[in-house]
Amino acid sequence: MNEPLIDCHAHFLHAFCGRSDWQDVNAARFRAGEKIGVTCHVASMLGTYGFMSPTYFPSPDDVTAGNDAMLAMCRGEGKRVRMMVTVNPNHTGHALEEIERCVAAGAIGVKLLASRRADDRLLDPVCTLAAMHGLPVLHHIWQHRRREWPNQEISDGADLARLAARHPKVIFILAHIGGGGDYAHTFHALRDSPNIHPDLSGSGVDRGMLDDAIKAVGARRLLWGSDVTMCTGLAKLRALETTGLLSADDMKDIRWRNAARIFRAGSFDGAA
Amino acid sequence: MIDVNALVGPYPFRAVPHPDPDVLVRVLDREKTERAWVGHLPSAFHRDPAAGNAELFAALKPHAQRLRAVPAIRPDWPRWEQALKDARDSGAVAVRAYPPQWQLGPHDTAMAELAIACGESKLPLVLTVRFEDLRQRHPLDVAGDLSAAAIRSLARAGSGVRLVVTAAGRDMIEEVHWGLTPAEQERVLWDISWIWGPPEDHLAKLFRTIGSRRFVYGTHWPLRLTQTPRANLDLLPDDLSGAKLGDPETF
Repeated sequence: MNEPLIDCHAHFLHAFCGRSDWQDVNAARFRAGEKIGVTCHVASMLGTYGFMSPTYFPSPDDVTAGNDAMLAMCRGEGKRVRMMVTVNPNHTGHALEEIERCVAAGAIGVKLLASRRADDRLLDPVCTLAAMHGLPVLHHIWQHRRREWPNQEISDGADLARLAARHPKVIFILAHIGGGGDYAHTFHALRDSPNIHPDLSGSGVDRGMLDDAIKAVGARRLLWGSDVTMCTGLAKLRALETTGLLSADDMKDIRWRNAARIFRAGSFDGAA
Repeated sequence: MIDVNALVGPYPFRAVPHPDPDVLVRVLDREKTERAWVGHLPSAFHRDPAAGNAELFAALKPHAQRLRAVPAIRPDWPRWEQALKDARDSGAVAVRAYPPQWQLGPHDTAMAELAIACGESKLPLVLTVRFEDLRQRHPLDVAGDLSAAAIRSLARAGSGVRLVVTAAGRDMIEEVHWGLTPAEQERVLWDISWIWGPPEDHLAKLFRTIGSRRFVYGTHWPLRLTQTPRANLDLLPDDLSGAKLGDPETF
């Protein structure tokens, strides 16, 4: 087996997402994953992706529909797909029930969108349950929020750092440093939050971003991921090799060993 | 492979690691890229690009075989016609212009005159849709993206016009391409530096609908990782893996 590669931030579509090409998009992720060498896609499905309720504010019914589809995909795909259970913390009871239901069926982490600011107390019950089950929480992040943006209640690294300080036993994955906004702000914001692990995904490929991430938090806190642009994921993977800042061991950490450490034991059996 | 979208010099809104010609040459070697069309990044933000152009030609001179100068010409500036002639005589392979940064609107007649004059001089006009993602821009960076209307307007300005549009995404490309006649479409090449690959497969869809020959290789170095366009090409579906890009040098 070649060196494992875990994509910590992936999404798949499903039949109720309002797109007729949803199967093509999923097939493209697997096709590209094979070329890149992804051994496990850690993925979530975000409600109905805006078809029946907003992507970042999914209704409880849509949350359940997405999670059901994600569970079905995991059953069909075996070791190459693992699930993050998506919840909307505005519906606390439903969120907790979904976590229990999906973890019992194999989910290994929690996906939080932008339904509520990251430091809001409403996220506490979700994080408490995540701690009980040893589930990392992947939180959608806008790197440096300077104002409100439509269709999401955005959070930045500083917001997530406040949540992480309240829940030191929970590992948080800060989503997509290349996913929009000013990542430089993020690196400062999470430097002293050891339970936050940034993922490298996002369409942004600014030169200097990877170097600054390594310098700010070190290789053992970085996670490789792709989100919705696997081309930039591959580019970053190649660029990491050229920074001159990483040893071969560091590369293994970013490719898969950090993920294997922060998720529950056995989460990647057969894939890493 | 020729990178049509490279720049040298610092960027006003964030630190960019070593944006220097000798580093760019090493990057071309590493990425197995033959040559690059190189602009002067600060000139986009200067009122008068003349000094930046002189700096560009001087900086690239030791690397003339690999790095080809693409000076900026500002068409609302006095004696721009002479600046264009000087650029051509100095060996420029193309000309850059930055309408949003210079506050030249989509139907500005000076831009149309520049596009026509470049065409008559057999120099492609390189346009930049954006330097950075909208969501991360400095509060003082308020120029906005180059609009599709501006590109369409220039493509329609004359039969000799040749545009190389950099840093555009799928929506922009489709809006322009399908808003032009077949003859006008032939006047535009698009660099692939900002086009998404899988799983959305924008690049593959554009190759299938518009044709790979309308696209050229561009990295947007030193602002973006130079590995990105190559990764995008490597991840194309198998039936497109041998797709040929356009040749900017015979455009």
